[in-house]
Amino acid sequence: MATVAAVVASTHHPFYYRASTSTGDERPPFADAWVAKVEAFRETLTRAEPDVLVMVGSDHFHQLWLDNMPQFLVGKAPFFDANWYNEEREFGLPRMVLKGEEALAAHILREGLDAGFDLAFSNELRIDHSITCPIITLRPQADLPIVPVYTNIFAPPLPQPRRFVELGRTLRRLVESWPVDKRVAIIGTGHLSLELGGPRQFGEHGPDPEFDRRAVDWIASGDVEGCLAEVTLDSLHAPGNATHGFMDFMLMMGVAGDGAKADHVDTLDLFHTMEAYFTWYPEGVPA
Amino acid sequence: MSRYLLDKFLYTVDRDPDLVERYREDPAGTVAWWERERAGQLLNCLVSERTTWLAFTDEERDALVRQDHVALFQLGAHPFLTLTLFIAMFERDHGPLEYQKAYGRAMQHLSLPYPDIAT
Repeated sequence: MATVAAVVASTHHPFYYRASTSTGDERPPFADAWVAKVEAFRETLTRAEPDVLVMVGSDHFHQLWLDNMPQFLVGKAPFFDANWYNEEREFGLPRMVLKGEEALAAHILREGLDAGFDLAFSNELRIDHSITCPIITLRPQADLPIVPVYTNIFAPPLPQPRRFVELGRTLRRLVESWPVDKRVAIIGTGHLSLELGGPRQFGEHGPDPEFDRRAVDWIASGDVEGCLAEVTLDSLHAPGNATHGFMDFMLMMGVAGDGAKADHVDTLDLFHTMEAYFTWYPEGVPA
Repeated sequence: MSRYLLDKFLYTVDRDPDLVERYREDPAGTVAWWERERAGQLLNCLVSERTTWLAFTDEERDALVRQDHVALFQLGAHPFLTLTLFIAMFERDHGPLEYQKAYGRAMQHLSLPYPDIAT
C-alpha cells in the first residue's frame, strides 16, 4: 500500500516567482525574507522523499467555465501543460509540463465514486498557478508525477465547507489504499482572507488579519470541528470576497486528520494577503 | 439580467491577447461586434451550433462600453474576471500596484453584502 509521506498546505501567491527571481531595483524589499521562509518550507517536502504528488488547487476560470462547471475534478492524463497566457501576462509565470500519475488518478476516481463523491475527470487538463505555484515553491525541479485535483471555490453555487473536509478525509483514505508501494505527498493550496476586484483589495496586509490569525490556529492545531462550527459559505464573504478559497485549506485539514497538529507552521504577512505554510508528517517527522 | 453573458464577455476577452487590445482601444465597437458575433458562440462547438437567445441588457452593455468596473461589480459580474481583464488593459499606464489600488478606492462607497455573483 502507498504511504502518505507528507501533507502540505499553503497559499499560492502568484507574485512569488517574480519576487524571488528579480534582481537589483526590481527586487521587492520583502523578497529575501519570503525566499527564506519558502526554502525552509520546501525542505519539509524534500525530507519526506515523495515519489508522487497529489495536488489540490482550483482553476481560476482558465479551462473550467460556467457553461460546464465541475465541483470536484481529477486530472487523469500522462502529462499536464501548465500556466496560461494571462498568468504569463500578469505574473510572469513560465510555461511548464508536468508528468501525470494516471494509475493513482484512476484509483482515486474509481474508489472516490464508490465512496460517494461524484468526481468529474479530465483527460486533457491544462493546469494553472494554483498548482504550479506550489511546484515552484516546493519542488522547483518539477520532477515528480502529479495527480491534480481541482475544487470549485469561486463559481457559486459552491459545495459546503464540510464537503471539502470530507473530501480531504476521503482523499487520504484513497491514497493509503492505493496498492502500490510509493510515497505520496498530498499538497493543497488555498487562501486566508483575500479580496479580489472589491474595495478591500491590495491593502497593506490581508483584508482581515483577525480571521487570518484564527484560521492559522485552526489549521496548525487540526481543529477541524472548531473551524466547521464557525465557517459557513455565508460567513466566508466577511473576511474578503475571495476567502472561499479557505475551503481548500479545510480540505487539507481533512487530509491531515482531526486533531493533527502540524509539524511545520510558518506565516508571512505580505501586502494583499498573508502567506501561510503547513506540513504534517503522518508517519512521524523524518530523521 | 444577463450575468452569465457579462462573465462570458470578460472571460473570452481576457484569455485572448488580440481581444484585450481591441477592447482597450475600441470598447464600443468591440462590445457591439462581440455581442453580434460571439455572444452566442458555444465554447468548443462549431459556429453552426450557436446559442440563439443571449443578449445584454442596455445597462450591462453600457457598463461594458464605459469600461466601468464599479458598475460591473454592482451588476454582479464576477469580480475576479473584471479585475484580471482590467489589469491587463490599464496597469501599463500606471506605476506598480497604482492601478490596482485606485481600482479598490473607486469602490470605497460599497460595503457588505456585495452583489450576488451567482449565474
